[in-house]
Amino acid sequence: MSARQNTTQKAPTKAGAGKAAGKTAAKRASKAVKKTTARPAAALPDWNPKLVVFACNWCSYAGADTAGVSRIQHEPHFRMIRVMCSGRIQPGFVLRAFERGADGVLVSGCHFGDCHYIFGNERAVEQFDKTMRMVKLLGIEEGRLRLEWISAAEGARFADVINEFTAQLRELGPGPFAHSEEAGGRKVEVA
Amino acid sequence: METLAARTNAWACYDCGKCTATCPIARSGSSYSPRRQVLATNLGQEGELVSGDGLFTCLTCGLCDQRCPAQVDYTTLVQQLRELAHGADREPECPHGGALQSVMRMMAKGGTKQDRLGWLDSDLHTRPAEGEVFYWTGCAPYYDAFFSELQIQALAGVRAAVKVFNALGVEPVVSSEERCCGHDLLWNGDRTSFEALAERNVALVKASGAKTLVTSCAECARTWRLDYEPYLRGVNLQVLHLSEYLAEHLAELPLKGGATRRITFQDPCRLGRHLGLYDPPRQVLGALPGIELSEMRHSRAGATCCAGSTWSSCDRFAKKIQVDRLREARATGAEVLVTACPKCQIHFRCAMKDPNIGGDLAMEMKDIAEVVAESLK
Repeated sequence: MSARQNTTQKAPTKAGAGKAAGKTAAKRASKAVKKTTARPAAALPDWNPKLVVFACNWCSYAGADTAGVSRIQHEPHFRMIRVMCSGRIQPGFVLRAFERGADGVLVSGCHFGDCHYIFGNERAVEQFDKTMRMVKLLGIEEGRLRLEWISAAEGARFADVINEFTAQLRELGPGPFAHSEEAGGRKVEVA
Repeated sequence: METLAARTNAWACYDCGKCTATCPIARSGSSYSPRRQVLATNLGQEGELVSGDGLFTCLTCGLCDQRCPAQVDYTTLVQQLRELAHGADREPECPHGGALQSVMRMMAKGGTKQDRLGWLDSDLHTRPAEGEVFYWTGCAPYYDAFFSELQIQALAGVRAAVKVFNALGVEPVVSSEERCCGHDLLWNGDRTSFEALAERNVALVKASGAKTLVTSCAECARTWRLDYEPYLRGVNLQVLHLSEYLAEHLAELPLKGGATRRITFQDPCRLGRHLGLYDPPRQVLGALPGIELSEMRHSRAGATCCAGSTWSSCDRFAKKIQVDRLREARATGAEVLVTACPKCQIHFRCAMKDPNIGGDLAMEMKDIAEVVAESLK
């Protein structure tokens, strides 16, 4: 572990500190983390989770860029999908990711008050809540879906979120539809 | 293609155009034409049919089947063409971002433990696995979670149905292992996933030892009765829509008198034209004290559908159909629009949300089970 990575871990991890609305969103996300019940992960030492990250063009994608430009080391097992606004990330996107074998899905956008489209991230919360209800009904563990606000400056926070989420997915093990392509539907490889 | 034309009687078409004249989509101004689809089938133009825009526009409501003087089985033709399209990697546009299709396919894959019985209140008496009557709840929990902004209450109908069962002294089986019946996947052309669902569901009901399966969803009723036939493989199961079951047990229902309420009934396409069940819901509603049924201008076999039965399309033409239908419902002077299918509720409630004309369309909507439950002693 590099010295640089050590410093990143000290970076504030609480989303939207000082912003009431952002805080509730962060609470929502952290609540999901606590609730997860760990599966025995020791049986899969070489297994790496497939994490799908939806990131908004203006904040979270740029935050990931900042992490890269700052050369912050973090877990590489995610596939990033850039959308113009987190408000665009509807349940269909997330559910399709799970259906096609994702082990976890991260929805990320600008902090409240920072949305490039003023209120797009408020729509994102509505869509996320709906998605979470569907995920719970289906019996997919809540810990596989997360909502995080990451600004363009928060490269360190992006790395933290990815590391933490990847670790959590390692605990949970492979997703319910990771190897079930043969059971109907279209055969699509998650690259 | 030739066998398809023969099987669906498309050969018999004599190009009269009644189907297009009656098609609610064509009447709303769309260029879609059932007649052209039948003609293309007879000419063997498979490529055009499969790649054309019209394939997923059809509501499969069956109104053209009803009017066709040559008995062309148009809905089956569309369903089979969609299977060809699915094989050619063509999917419907999937309103709602394809979320519902994903949910159904995930259920077909299996491997998770669904948490779908959250609605089961402690005062409702059901059995978890074995019993005489299996109550099939359908996708109601998913609809309420997904269409929260429409204040859809599919689960209110499901709760009411269990309450009515209990009033009849029946404790129905309600299982957490139940999966989507696969109706929409089948009508989207995905037979592989449909088969996976059918096999699992039939095994579940077989294991319960139930002799009767009752559902309050018109689509589930159609699917179980007609499309599951090859998968039942000798399992002796009577499939009934809730309205049929209640019509049989009307004498045993403990009903109370109530204030007069005028209602109107929306015939779901699956219940009416697909299964031919027009009378059972009317018998049930007619037996409820204080309930006055006034029919809409188009009712029974001529009823307009909710314009969204298979999650395969949603456009301005569908909206127009819904708006016209709600205006018909309002014109009856009824206070409540009663249906027997959760999808009718979803689509009409969505049309009522229109910011400009919503006020002219809004009316109370209820499932037939709710109306019956309200009249119980």
